[in-house]
Amino acid sequence: MKIALRELHGNSPGYYLLLGGLALVTLIGLGAAWYMEHHGHIVTGMTNQIVWGLPHVFAVFLVVAASGALNVASMASVFGKTEFKPLAPLSGLLAIALLLGGLTVLLLDLGRPERLIVAMTHFNFKSIFALNIILYSGFMGIVIAYLWTMMERSMNRYTPLAGLLAFVWRIALTTGTGSIFGFLVARQAYDSALLAPLFIALSLSYGLAVFVLVLILACRGSGRPLGDALMARFAKLQVIFIAAGFYFVLVYHLTNLYFTKHHDFERFILLDGGLYTAMFWLGQILLGSVLPLVLLLHPRIGQMRRRIAASALLVVGGGFAQMYVTIIGGQAFPLVLFPGRQVSSSFYDGVVSAYLPSLPEWLLGFGGIAIAGLIVLLALKFLGFLPERLDDAACQENNVTRVPPPASETA
Amino acid sequence: MKPEPSPDCTETPETKDSRRGFLTVAVAGLAGIALAPGVRLMEIAQAAPAATPAGSMPTIATLPTAQAASAATSASSGANPQVRWGMLINSGKCASGCTDCVTACNTENGLSGGTLPTDSQWIRKLEIKEIKTGKIQSLPMLCQHCAEPPCVDVCPTGASFKRADGIVLVDKHTCIGCRYCVIACPYGARSFVHEALTDQKPDVPRGKGVVESCTLCVHKVDKGENTACATACSDAGHGAILFGNLNDPHSDISKRVASYPSRQIREDLNLNTGVRYSGI
Repeated sequence: MKIALRELHGNSPGYYLLLGGLALVTLIGLGAAWYMEHHGHIVTGMTNQIVWGLPHVFAVFLVVAASGALNVASMASVFGKTEFKPLAPLSGLLAIALLLGGLTVLLLDLGRPERLIVAMTHFNFKSIFALNIILYSGFMGIVIAYLWTMMERSMNRYTPLAGLLAFVWRIALTTGTGSIFGFLVARQAYDSALLAPLFIALSLSYGLAVFVLVLILACRGSGRPLGDALMARFAKLQVIFIAAGFYFVLVYHLTNLYFTKHHDFERFILLDGGLYTAMFWLGQILLGSVLPLVLLLHPRIGQMRRRIAASALLVVGGGFAQMYVTIIGGQAFPLVLFPGRQVSSSFYDGVVSAYLPSLPEWLLGFGGIAIAGLIVLLALKFLGFLPERLDDAACQENNVTRVPPPASETA
Repeated sequence: MKPEPSPDCTETPETKDSRRGFLTVAVAGLAGIALAPGVRLMEIAQAAPAATPAGSMPTIATLPTAQAASAATSASSGANPQVRWGMLINSGKCASGCTDCVTACNTENGLSGGTLPTDSQWIRKLEIKEIKTGKIQSLPMLCQHCAEPPCVDVCPTGASFKRADGIVLVDKHTCIGCRYCVIACPYGARSFVHEALTDQKPDVPRGKGVVESCTLCVHKVDKGENTACATACSDAGHGAILFGNLNDPHSDISKRVASYPSRQIREDLNLNTGVRYSGI
């Protein structure tokens, strides 16, 4: 039995309610962006010390999750895990949707967003930012082509090639995103080659978590069965990806703790940075890494489906906390111009900078998420992206390489 | 990689047809929306009167460079690559609490002089305290006009650029306000303009939503004058700031740099800054 992809049928009020809600959040987000552009960034919480604020936290999370969301398709096309083939189109769709959402937030937070045409026609190729613009645009094109090879039967034989290209490109893209920070020699928090592989690991974790959440929601909303075997596979993958991300964070901080010159910064993040310390330990480590691992690995906590969904939500929340600590915390810690000396000035040298996100920033960030959601909802409705059925029987017949042991609890 | 078998995800013909129809309409619509403004703009551009009038403001890069001593000049040559503009700041002559250079810069460039976290500051006084002994030093911190500027490296559009004579500037037409250079600067020299500006100086282009920093008074330097901060410091009798051509062995600054110890801040970054400091 082949698993067919079908658009969503019927006219469920829930669908239209969600669609309307997302459209509203999008409009409000766009309105917030207009307000910020019209009055200038004075209406935000950003300052000359914290120039990248909450919108960047949302945008970078979405972009990192976007590249990771493609992983399910990559596993199918590049790594031969054919059991994921029916989900490959949804994976590609989610990658495009999340990337568009993230890029919209990034673009609308620019000081001069109307100068996008300047950004697309003037390139400083030494700038990783400029290279990222090329990587992001190319990613869209490549994933669209990849989707086409999957959905158009006569092009199916090109799917492995398109999948490989998409996979390599997405590694480059995420390396580029991590390097936006990693290439900055100026700041204690950045200036590290480790940030690129860290972001790759994070992308796998965040991307899978978002994919799982979207899949659960889509199947529940459309009444299509979703089997335990598939969910068990995802749970195992999520464990590996969370662990990988945690490993890089561990190495990053351990190394910094060996460098005396980084001790002040480490003390700030790990001990006395107030909000940043709380977000690191509670948000990034406890809620974002430890708790999901416990939920996914402990044999008898509760129903598997709920554990996986809860873990995914925690990973997403922890991911936002991690981006906040990285992006905002990295800026809040002062530049070190005279090591070992106390520096003060009228430009807030030598002090930890304060930052409180403003309402327009929140609205813009959620607007980006809503845009991604809108794209997914519309595509699911009008184009065939969601498999008709993903229950165990269908997946098993559809070339599952291993049959998992019978689950001890029901879905 | 396994060879591709027959497809495992299939679609019904209705799905395919409706998808194709949807995609055709969507792509056609998007193409129209994308192209229409461009076509209209081309019509407008071709209909506009050609060439700018003679009295229009030249860009900073093409201001005539009329110098004393070493620099060769010509009416519209732009920056002179033989010149390396630099500054030597003697922290020993810089008094804590004195802000003459800051005031002069603000006045010259039309900055508000405010010190809110969102106010632009092109130059600021740093008070540096030795923790164990309590000894306090003071010095002005401004754009260091590095020979290897990180801000130029990271700018996606090339708006942040280095002139041939070493002055690092921001092209206000090309800056998209991404603020990456603000994060990248190891000296915190850059400011982002958070609100609309009033009472601007005609020689100092600034704008809401773009990034700015010390221009080494390029509009004055290109006329053969001294920077505002150096002038104010020497007029007040402190003499802590010396501006000149580092490539000219006969200039005051070159002679001092050759005779007395001086260093750069964050030397380990190897940026070869144009601004040097002595007494630290």
